[in-house]
Amino acid sequence: MTDEPTQRLISGEIAEAHRAAAARASRHPSREFAPYRSSALRHPTHELVRVDPEEIERVAPAFGHVDVDPYESDLTIQHAGEPLGERITLTGRVLDGEDRPVRNQLVEIWQANASGRYVHKRDQHPAPLDPNFTGVGRTLTDDTGAYRFVTIKPGPYPWRNHRNAWRPAHIHFSLFGNAFTERLVTQVYFPGDPLFALDPIYQSIPDQAARDRLVATYDHDLTVPEWATGYRWDIVLTGATATWREDEHGDQ
Amino acid sequence: MATSEPDQARVIAPERLAREEAPAGVPELVQTPSQTVGPFFGSALPFGGGPFLVSPGAPKAIRLHGSVLDGAGAAVPDALLEVWQRDAEGRVVAEPGSRRRDGGVFTGFGRAATEVDGGYEFRTVLPGPDAGGARWALVTVFARGLLHHLFTRVYFVADGESEPSDALLDRLPPERRRTLLAHPDADGAYRFDVRLQGEDETVFLDYPGPR
Repeated sequence: MTDEPTQRLISGEIAEAHRAAAARASRHPSREFAPYRSSALRHPTHELVRVDPEEIERVAPAFGHVDVDPYESDLTIQHAGEPLGERITLTGRVLDGEDRPVRNQLVEIWQANASGRYVHKRDQHPAPLDPNFTGVGRTLTDDTGAYRFVTIKPGPYPWRNHRNAWRPAHIHFSLFGNAFTERLVTQVYFPGDPLFALDPIYQSIPDQAARDRLVATYDHDLTVPEWATGYRWDIVLTGATATWREDEHGDQ
Repeated sequence: MATSEPDQARVIAPERLAREEAPAGVPELVQTPSQTVGPFFGSALPFGGGPFLVSPGAPKAIRLHGSVLDGAGAAVPDALLEVWQRDAEGRVVAEPGSRRRDGGVFTGFGRAATEVDGGYEFRTVLPGPDAGGARWALVTVFARGLLHHLFTRVYFVADGESEPSDALLDRLPPERRRTLLAHPDADGAYRFDVRLQGEDETVFLDYPGPR
């Protein structure tokens, strides 16, 4: 395919998009980010309409132990045997913008296996499936807002955004906050990944400090001797309940 | 409603101003950025009873259905929709159990993935009216290609009811307002299409808070 964009072209577009975004530091990705080709026809072109949240939007759905079994937080015990790969623990706290824990709330994760392959019929990456790994977990945060998963470190994988496109290793997270407006779906990455600079999804966040917030920290205190290395990743959900200033409100 | 003029709607309600003054010394933590849900959430997020806030045979059950379409009008077969709504009596509930439905308990939350034709459907009840008389549900849209999810609202307009009016609807021009209204069809089902982009682009919402 001769018209397939190259990594060099995509990297140039990323740099250009970052320069254009420099004036408005954003804590989220742009919904329109040309280097991520799938965004082209799927981002709204009208300005979002700002509303003050009503009661139903200032609270979130409730989840409880009826929704989640305790073993679902360990992705390495879901089959007869143990999955291949680097066993890790991933721990952190879910907080709101004023440092309050998000308690008893649902956290859902999904990921590729150690070879970079998802259990999904549309994943065509010719890497092996692991019969002992599905890559899906869920848990409830505790009274301090903490969550903990045991899993294996996912592998990077190729995708079709452009020629020789590779996603850095990541785990998808779905989070509910104290208010529905705090709802967040995101991805956590691992420190030092050589693919960061090349990835249009990670780079869709224009601000380096904001991108850094998606990278877990290796924490030797979380490493379990003779068993698993440990990573920490805290999540902040500010949504509509956090402090905001009138000047932000007027600046649309 | 008091906020019928376009600019009025941006004025901060006094009770919000009071509530949003942070106590001194409270650190302001910074939002974790969003990333796309991607194409491979299928084994993780959808769940058996997800689209069924009530069972199809329940009294007052309605069908809420539609399609998710992209800027070229093509079906989006890999989107995920969530609804969050009041119960039939207009109450905001705090009942766990959405992932393991017990037929009698209404949790107010549902989740449905789109099919290959971009279609989705929920079985729910008409949310009871809010203080201003409007019946609506919050709808959240996730998809590959969406780096940050989208919030919108579906307003139900039952047969014989006049079109609802509230602070949001009243400041939208008619052609934009129309994108949020769902009327019952011949079978009593409410249709709500989500157009991510283009001529009849759905109105998507933003809430005050850090960007």
